[in-house]
Amino acid sequence: MSAVLDTHGHGDHEHGDHDHHGHGPTGLMRWITTTNHKDIGTMYLWFSFIMFLVGGVMALVIRAELFQPGLQLVQPEFFNQMTTMHGLIMVFGAIMPAFVGFANWLIPMQIGAPDMAFARMNNWSFWILPFAGALLVLSFFTPGGAPGVGWTLYAPLTIQMGMGMDLTIFAVHLLGMSSIMGSINIVTTILNMRAPGMTLMRMPLFCWTWLITGYLLIATMPVLAGAVTMTLTDRHFGTSFFNAAGGGDPVLYQHIFWFFGHPEVYIIALPAFGVISQVIPAFSRKPLFGYASMVYATSAIAILSFIVWAHHMYVTGLPIGTQLFFMYATILIAVPTGVKVFNWVATMWQGSLTFETPMLFALGFLFLFTLGGFSGLVLALAPVDIQLQETYYVVAHFHYVMVAGALFSAFSGVYFWLPKWTGKMYDETLGKWHFWLSMIFFNMIFFVQHFLGLAGMPRRIPDYNLMFETWNKISSIGAFGFGLTQLLLLYIVLKTIRSGEKAPQMPWEGADSLEWTHLPTPAPHHSFETPPVLK
Amino acid sequence: MASKSRIHAARWAMAALLALISGTAAALEWYMPVGVTRLTQEVYTLHNYVMILVIVIFVGVFAAMFYSVFAHRKSKGHKAAQFHENTTVEVIWTVVPFIILIFVAWPATKSLVAMRDTSNPDITIKATGYQWKWGYDYIKGDGEGISFLSVLATPREQIEGTAEKGEHYLLEVDNPLVVPVGKKVRILTTAADVIHSWGVPAFGVKQDAIPGFIRDTWFRAEKTGTYRGQCVELCGKDHGFMPIVVQVLGQEEYAQWTADQKKKAAAAADDPNKVWTMDDMKARGQKVYESNCVACHQANGKGAPPAFPPLDGSKIANGPKEAHIDIVLNGKANTSMAAFGKQLSDTEIAAVVTYERNAWGNHTGTLVQPADVKARRK
Ligand SMILES: [Cu+2]
Ligand SMILES: [Cu+2]
Repeated sequence: MSAVLDTHGHGDHEHGDHDHHGHGPTGLMRWITTTNHKDIGTMYLWFSFIMFLVGGVMALVIRAELFQPGLQLVQPEFFNQMTTMHGLIMVFGAIMPAFVGFANWLIPMQIGAPDMAFARMNNWSFWILPFAGALLVLSFFTPGGAPGVGWTLYAPLTIQMGMGMDLTIFAVHLLGMSSIMGSINIVTTILNMRAPGMTLMRMPLFCWTWLITGYLLIATMPVLAGAVTMTLTDRHFGTSFFNAAGGGDPVLYQHIFWFFGHPEVYIIALPAFGVISQVIPAFSRKPLFGYASMVYATSAIAILSFIVWAHHMYVTGLPIGTQLFFMYATILIAVPTGVKVFNWVATMWQGSLTFETPMLFALGFLFLFTLGGFSGLVLALAPVDIQLQETYYVVAHFHYVMVAGALFSAFSGVYFWLPKWTGKMYDETLGKWHFWLSMIFFNMIFFVQHFLGLAGMPRRIPDYNLMFETWNKISSIGAFGFGLTQLLLLYIVLKTIRSGEKAPQMPWEGADSLEWTHLPTPAPHHSFETPPVLK
Repeated sequence: MASKSRIHAARWAMAALLALISGTAAALEWYMPVGVTRLTQEVYTLHNYVMILVIVIFVGVFAAMFYSVFAHRKSKGHKAAQFHENTTVEVIWTVVPFIILIFVAWPATKSLVAMRDTSNPDITIKATGYQWKWGYDYIKGDGEGISFLSVLATPREQIEGTAEKGEHYLLEVDNPLVVPVGKKVRILTTAADVIHSWGVPAFGVKQDAIPGFIRDTWFRAEKTGTYRGQCVELCGKDHGFMPIVVQVLGQEEYAQWTADQKKKAAAAADDPNKVWTMDDMKARGQKVYESNCVACHQANGKGAPPAFPPLDGSKIANGPKEAHIDIVLNGKANTSMAAFGKQLSDTEIAAVVTYERNAWGNHTGTLVQPADVKARRK
């Protein structure tokens, strides 16, 4: 593994040297050429935050147009482009890279490794991302603008789009390549670079969830790439994969897309579960309840996630037997998911709890993600889903999972590890403000959307009947509140980096993974040059 | 009926619950409609049943969590216990949810099987999704042979905010679908261009309309009235502007309606051999243009390039008339330009082509006759 340790292209290592970039390029070149897992983790996190703001502005355009009935700000075509790009950017540009950022920072430290297994490939998998992001943004400036087809890119609507569609397809290819390289790296690191004594069943749960997520990514990303490539050849090279007139089938696209799309939900959710499984025990000062059952539940969820995809397609007219199969499989996912929630609550039970910002976000996650899980159970029931499919109920449901689930978990992780990353403490009062404002505004946006969906308001429409007005107003006000609140996060992080108080070696009493127990705070540039000794 | 009163009781309980939270529930749409078919009522009951289950579990789990939050705090001096597993408990909370889920899956299966049983309909109607309107063809049963398009009736001014919005804003059409009460109506869905989805919440019905394929669904409305829905699958620019309105009539009114429709159709049928004058053709063409073309190519013929090219000054509208007729008949592949050959008659196509060639800045002077269009049909 000496090639890995050789992070800057030459062999001499000053052991115990905490100087970050004494030997190697400085300035911009340092970031472009870096192979250090911490630098790359930092870049992933900043990239995802920037994309989060870009996607957030698009969400605000959507909510501003929906503030009242009638068309005020944007034309329907542009509205569709906003919903499409908001989805793609948030999923592929913001949430996924955020958790890859966490993985880069934490996995080597948590398993006692010096760095990631493929340090140069790690650099590459990050640097593909800005180009993919740029392609997505560029599509707005092509004739016809960005595609207005929804983030699911359903055929045959995609065939009608302009050049922006092709740019989006290439962007998806690049994002997929980046994800596959990232996950190969993570899987290899976890399987091969654990310190002696760090058995799989002793790994922190965050590493476990990422190990499983890595496999999910490697299995599903090529499928998505296939789906968009078929779209590309249908558009330009005369194939008819999704065109009935040529013997194809538009529904085939949906099968392929959701074969990727449903595991994708867990690609996002599992690392979030991992973060929560680190944070809750730390602030309960008590070991995670049911560690082994957590590992089994995570694996069960991952396996089941491959056989439930058609629950997104209950209204496409599948045969009844198929519908029943997918309904039962989907309902079944509630069991391992329930086990996780029960384990987290049992971890807190009889603990010695404190409520710093990371814990608050973890509790926010637990509360709201469970709610999202329940609306998921409601939607899993095909007869009920037929009533609610393609309405705002679905929008509410997946934002509870994606925002209150994944995003809150990422926030929790940022506050939890910020002292380890920067060596400085964040402002606890401001952190709490960030939590409470996010919590209130989030529910203001999305809780009322359940009502809209139940009352029958379709999603992806730029204008609506007067009976939906009140809830839309509340939702839009909430959205602007939520958007502004996130600037507070930016301020808190910058303030920590520039003028935060020096963090103690162990800022959190109950934290027990290697990055806390075996490394100084802030973490040195090279994690473990000699493997830690584990009892 | 006992089940009906139970539904009402559940609905009131839910309304009361929300009224406590918001104080304004009575005035707002916020819950699933009970609907006017037996199946929606079943779905409604199933939903309530799951909601109650979910609320009970939610309260149970989070009561435990909040008890911990208050009682097991460090600030109260609570010392952490160090247990970290308990096989009995873990087995219980895996098995019990599993059993509960079986009790949820059972009624869901029953409803689903009923929903998908489209056999023995009294009336069969095909609903075709077009960008952006619905076409209805009565294929079998009373009214067989009736066929018409159903287009958004809300005036542009209301959408743009220069006129006050009506009660049925965006949920009104020129020609609603009309069906009789108490009869099993089977809807076949298909589409001409991209995927649309036909749904009416009050009937508990939603079915994608897929180009090149036919899918089906059914409903039996138990109450007369007008019921409204919308296209629910993103289908491009005017996806939000292609509502579905269904009028459920009593048996006699329905018979009356079908008779009227047939008379009207006979009267309105154009004689395909008639030779038209320029002025008549242009006037007719303008009407056809306004209901079929204006959404993309705009009233002033300027379009919205590049997706929707202008007709004013365009090569096609000023070039040979054959090419112009062809593109209207057959559409243009891989664009939003639909093939109107099946939607419009020879006379209508002749009229709209004539109009486009002699409107705005186009002055070709060509007068296209229905026979010209007939000649171009393959
Ligand atoms: Cu899914
Ligand atoms: Cu639509």
